[in-house]
Amino acid sequence: MNSGTTPENGATDDHSGAVRILPVGDTAMTVQFGEVVDEEVNRRVIALAEALRSAAPDGLLETVPTYRSLLVSYDPEILRGAALERHLHGLLDGLDTGAAPGRLWRVPVVYGGAAGLDLEELAEAKGMSPEALIKMHSDAEYRVYMIGFAPGFTYLGGLPEALHTPRLSTPRLDIPAGAIGIGGQQASINSVAGPSGWRFIGQTPWRAFDPDRAEPFLFAAGDRVRFVPVTEDEARAFASPRPEQENLS
Amino acid sequence: MSLDVLQAGPMTSIQDHGRHAHKRFGVPAAGAMDRPALDLANALCGNAPEAAALEFTGLGGTFRAGADMLCAVTGGECQITVEGKTVPSYESFRVSAGDTLRIGALRGAVWGYMAVAGGIDVPQVLGARATHLRFALGGIDGRPLAAGDTLPVGEAEPGIGLRPREVPAPASAELPIRIVAGPQDDYFDADTLALLTSAVFTVSPQRDRMAMALDGQELRAAQGHDIVSDGIVPGAIQVPASGRPMVLMADAQTTGGYPKIATVASVDLPRLAQLPTGATFRFELVSRDRAEDLAIAERARLREVLAGLIPAGRAALSSEFLLSCNLAGGVADPAAVMGDLE
Repeated sequence: MNSGTTPENGATDDHSGAVRILPVGDTAMTVQFGEVVDEEVNRRVIALAEALRSAAPDGLLETVPTYRSLLVSYDPEILRGAALERHLHGLLDGLDTGAAPGRLWRVPVVYGGAAGLDLEELAEAKGMSPEALIKMHSDAEYRVYMIGFAPGFTYLGGLPEALHTPRLSTPRLDIPAGAIGIGGQQASINSVAGPSGWRFIGQTPWRAFDPDRAEPFLFAAGDRVRFVPVTEDEARAFASPRPEQENLS
Repeated sequence: MSLDVLQAGPMTSIQDHGRHAHKRFGVPAAGAMDRPALDLANALCGNAPEAAALEFTGLGGTFRAGADMLCAVTGGECQITVEGKTVPSYESFRVSAGDTLRIGALRGAVWGYMAVAGGIDVPQVLGARATHLRFALGGIDGRPLAAGDTLPVGEAEPGIGLRPREVPAPASAELPIRIVAGPQDDYFDADTLALLTSAVFTVSPQRDRMAMALDGQELRAAQGHDIVSDGIVPGAIQVPASGRPMVLMADAQTTGGYPKIATVASVDLPRLAQLPTGATFRFELVSRDRAEDLAIAERARLREVLAGLIPAGRAALSSEFLLSCNLAGGVADPAAVMGDLE
């Protein structure tokens, strides 16, 4: 049984087959571009979210980009699912993924310390010094694949393979906001305090989520992130968060 | 105006229609588990449907009114007293400044609502007053109410007591809960999909504002129980590796990594939320188009209920009262006072 439909034009992606539109009850649908963590797949997710934003039919409520799919919510009293599906197929036909790269953030990180409690153990397990691990982590450029799990929780792709580390079998209870994490092949910027089975190597003084700030969320799916090692004193003096380069698209 | 909390029920929180503009930033909707019941409570007090009210389970709590106010309790039949005198559910009633109001227990339902004319006027957080408990958003510091809290209440025109023409029937498990297949129904084989609609499921005690776990039939995903995270809506039936289905509810996270075999039709989600623990029911598969038709028809019906409220006070329809009407000479036709006497 297959509840999905494929576009008439047979639009495909090279990574994991055809684009599928999957029903999510009577108020949402998922446009699935693939079933893998892949930058090109995620680029298409973001491109569709942008295309919908500039061509939003009445009755479209909101969209949620994830690694590999876009959840689209609608009000069936105003917009029927069948009509929305036709609209989505039209957008998919002309989808332009060549948009300007996302905003680049240089995120200050105090490596190690109380929040980065796994730094030394992880370095030892990888057969490198903590300094080498910090350099490897902060030399890479990451892509914000999605915001999910918790308000502002930032899932990053682009973690160097040498740093991939399985999650703990027993989560720790009180990981602070701002903790910089590694979970499997993913990296994270934690946004709210709470339990986590990820490994943590540092902490940023920035808050990815602050409901009292004019812009409550720093990062959006499609943004780029680089980490900048700083001392605790430098962290305190670090300017308020803003992206290095606005998205030109 | 304000309402003091003298004693809070075990899970009394401030809820409204929830947050619907920040899911792409990981912010769950929250909001009432039974939105039609919230809307009715608000309408009985003359509020807009999206005004914030108290949602409670079991006992609502004990409150002291800081001013004269109009209140109403919906969701189910509930013991309510004002200064020790019983007042009915599903009917707005007047509380005077200084009065003690006791709400609970709720019977035959899980989620009750108490609205106050003017609405509970806590500040909006990200566009809503709804409390999200896990992420501590909205309401009073994002937590359930506690003794000692003072709830701000918005200003309201003096309204009259109202009731619906018919008291809504308690949620029934007799009729199946309708579902739409997907988004990951293809993770399950044909036998498992057949089980989904033939098996009898039981509402387990593992239930809260985030999810309801179902007993009675484990479901195995032939393609595995892990997916690369994708979007979630309330009503999604998620199947983790344990095989025990979980229906995600109002406080559900925005994304998740378990396959979702089906999604509860929005028309039936409030009914599922109100089924008592231990209730048994079946799922019935419908098409998306059919589920949309049902949602549209149900919303029209609910709007009609809210537009057809009639003056409360039928209990006062005594000969003494009728006599007083006649003596006053102002109103000869009791129907003009009482509204519909059916």
